[in-house]
Amino acid sequence: MSEPIKSTAPTRAPVYALVGNPNCGKSTLFNALTGLKQKIGNYPGVTVEKKMGTAYSQHGQPLTIIDLPGAYSLAARSPDEAVLRDVLLGRRADTPMPDRIVCIADATNLERNLYLVHQILDLGRPVILVLNMMDVAERAGLVVRAARMEKELGIPVIPCEAVNGKGLVELKLAMSRHDLPLSRHSWAIPAPIAPAVSEIAASLSENDQRAPLIARAEALLLLTDQDSVRVAGSRPLSARTVEILRSWEKRWEGQGTDWAGSLVNSRYDAITALCAHVIERGGEKTGASASDRIDSVVTHPVWGWAVLGAVMTALFLSIFTFAQVPMDWIGDHMAKLADAVKHTMPAGDLRDLITDGAIGGVGSVITFLPQILILFFFIGLLESTGYMARAAFIMDRLMSRVGLNGKSFIPMLSSYACAIPGIMATRTIEDTKDRLVTILVAPLMSCSARLPVYLLLIAALFPSTTVPIGAKVGIMISMYALGTLGAFGFAWLFKRTLLKGEPPLMIMELPPYRLPKLRDVALHMCERAWMFLKRAGTIILGISIILWFLTAYPKAPAGTTDQQQLAQSFAGIAGHAIEPVIKPLGFDWQIGIGLITSFAAREVFVSSMGVIFNAQTSDDNTAPLHDALLAAKWPDGRALFTPLVCITLMVFYVFAMQCISTVAVVRRETNSWRWPLFQIAYMTGTAWLVCLIIYQTGRAFGF
Amino acid sequence: MAETIKLSSLAIGASAVVREYPKQGNAFLRLREMGVLPGTTVTLIRTAPLGDPLEIKVRGYNLTLRKTEAEHVLVELLKPST
Repeated sequence: MSEPIKSTAPTRAPVYALVGNPNCGKSTLFNALTGLKQKIGNYPGVTVEKKMGTAYSQHGQPLTIIDLPGAYSLAARSPDEAVLRDVLLGRRADTPMPDRIVCIADATNLERNLYLVHQILDLGRPVILVLNMMDVAERAGLVVRAARMEKELGIPVIPCEAVNGKGLVELKLAMSRHDLPLSRHSWAIPAPIAPAVSEIAASLSENDQRAPLIARAEALLLLTDQDSVRVAGSRPLSARTVEILRSWEKRWEGQGTDWAGSLVNSRYDAITALCAHVIERGGEKTGASASDRIDSVVTHPVWGWAVLGAVMTALFLSIFTFAQVPMDWIGDHMAKLADAVKHTMPAGDLRDLITDGAIGGVGSVITFLPQILILFFFIGLLESTGYMARAAFIMDRLMSRVGLNGKSFIPMLSSYACAIPGIMATRTIEDTKDRLVTILVAPLMSCSARLPVYLLLIAALFPSTTVPIGAKVGIMISMYALGTLGAFGFAWLFKRTLLKGEPPLMIMELPPYRLPKLRDVALHMCERAWMFLKRAGTIILGISIILWFLTAYPKAPAGTTDQQQLAQSFAGIAGHAIEPVIKPLGFDWQIGIGLITSFAAREVFVSSMGVIFNAQTSDDNTAPLHDALLAAKWPDGRALFTPLVCITLMVFYVFAMQCISTVAVVRRETNSWRWPLFQIAYMTGTAWLVCLIIYQTGRAFGF
Repeated sequence: MAETIKLSSLAIGASAVVREYPKQGNAFLRLREMGVLPGTTVTLIRTAPLGDPLEIKVRGYNLTLRKTEAEHVLVELLKPST
């Protein structure tokens, strides 16, 4: 037995890593250990959440705890799992290599949970095993003998019920120990593979400077990691090690040896033997469990759809209704704040910058908060109860038609409310390419900001009150349908061309239903809101100020109207400049100004039109604007807003990427400007092309 | 050796022992790591409302996989009486 690694330098708090399968109760345990002393960030270069916190030992010493992403195996299949693997192996320069590891296993599902534990025991670091949900296991008739397990593995094994805080004191006691033992576990590496493991391990310690025990663990891992996910920020392997690995693989391929499979088999053999020893079965209940009974309704061919429909309706209604109140409140107070500043400061450029640029920009950032909070509250509930996996299960068949899997469903659906929380929700999609495709197409779903634009244009389209409401609703539904078709069409296209990859896996656990823990849901929701403010807020604010500047400068002489000011501003000049491009779509330079200013957010189109056509409108009454639009003419006297132009303009808003906040979020979620710029280009390009076809065809038919 | 059938053609509620499936491929390695190994007993619980994916019970928990993967997994039917 090698001696324990002496990494607990007296100068810094010992670093503990918290690892476990998804749905094992890891977050609850992390929150219980650290309270609110948490720091949430991102691993540089990847969009994987980095959670660190501080707990205190029984002697009051601080302990640093890293909550690593949940994973089934160290052989990574997603960026989340790659980060877990790389942190544990000390491959990441941005994160301290954990000195000690706390593994959490779900006692009700021990065999599968122990697979990851088994891999981690190989790492040769002190491990504490927490058996969570002992109460649930007991009720299911499983008796897990923790003491026996402790004896078998040679490490502390702590029975626990994280939800009620049971076992927490014992865990902290174990974490406070200075003399945590190393595991005595041993397992038989299959004979044909053993020499390769030693050779790769030797090269790892020689060429990659790994400690001997870690070198062995990493060697084993490299052999199951056929297509190891490389993420930014982790150190690459030395060429020599890669060469040895490849030559062994080639040899085995020739011999027909299933090296990865037999390694997994041997691990499970060891786990099965251990479980046979520590689990006393017999009292197990036969027949359907509560979860099975719920599922027979929730995933029923008929009732399943009804439940899904009801859940989604509840989600939508609450976003639309509950979010509206705080959003209006924020809007009112921002306006009041701007007024207050206007009255206290002397008139001038600085005052305008503060009232119109900065306050307006801040307002457009925080106005998203209510929607984000509500959506993530729902997503938190759906995830912690276990329904999220069922929704993905039900929708997978449909999503697979365009090459995505069921997990893209919730983000895409949420985008009907607002693409920003929708895009932020794509983090549940493990596959990088699927995630990117979902992000790219999500803004095509008609969001609530398009609604005022559609309403204005439909009103201009049918000025008389005699038109049946059905026609208006019909047009509205067509716009939503067009966006949805576009989203699925482009997802299909991107999965076949740009982001071609293996069909996504749907090998996913359907966890048992559980009661949600509101504290965890609330914490998760606040983290998301904070991340949005911190990471996208600054970009949104910056671009808002730039757009304000473009409409406010160069200044018109004193005494001119807002209309003249806007017409001769940079935005007005740009409106004129783009007229040749948008004229084939039936748009003039005044609509051009609207398109440019509403790049900030789509609903700005309505207020810009109000300024351009000098219509006195209020939120409650846009009738003067309809009349002004209908009275608008081309210089040669033709009407500007013909029915055909209204339709074309609506279609433009269906496709065009007119939202800086979405651009900012996509920039943050994809970690580069490449994807948001591509998104602007493909969406606005499509909008132009489709509008061209519609307008020119319409003209040819005499509309 | 008894006759094997595809996991995807198992009747709902039926149990079977996994015999073999392809060695290579991400999906199949992940399936192994999730505990579906030759010799493991699995039970088909249900299919999704649209017929795909499948839900199976393995090692005491519920797992989904698509028919495209299940077609490659050969299983040996367990007699209900045993």
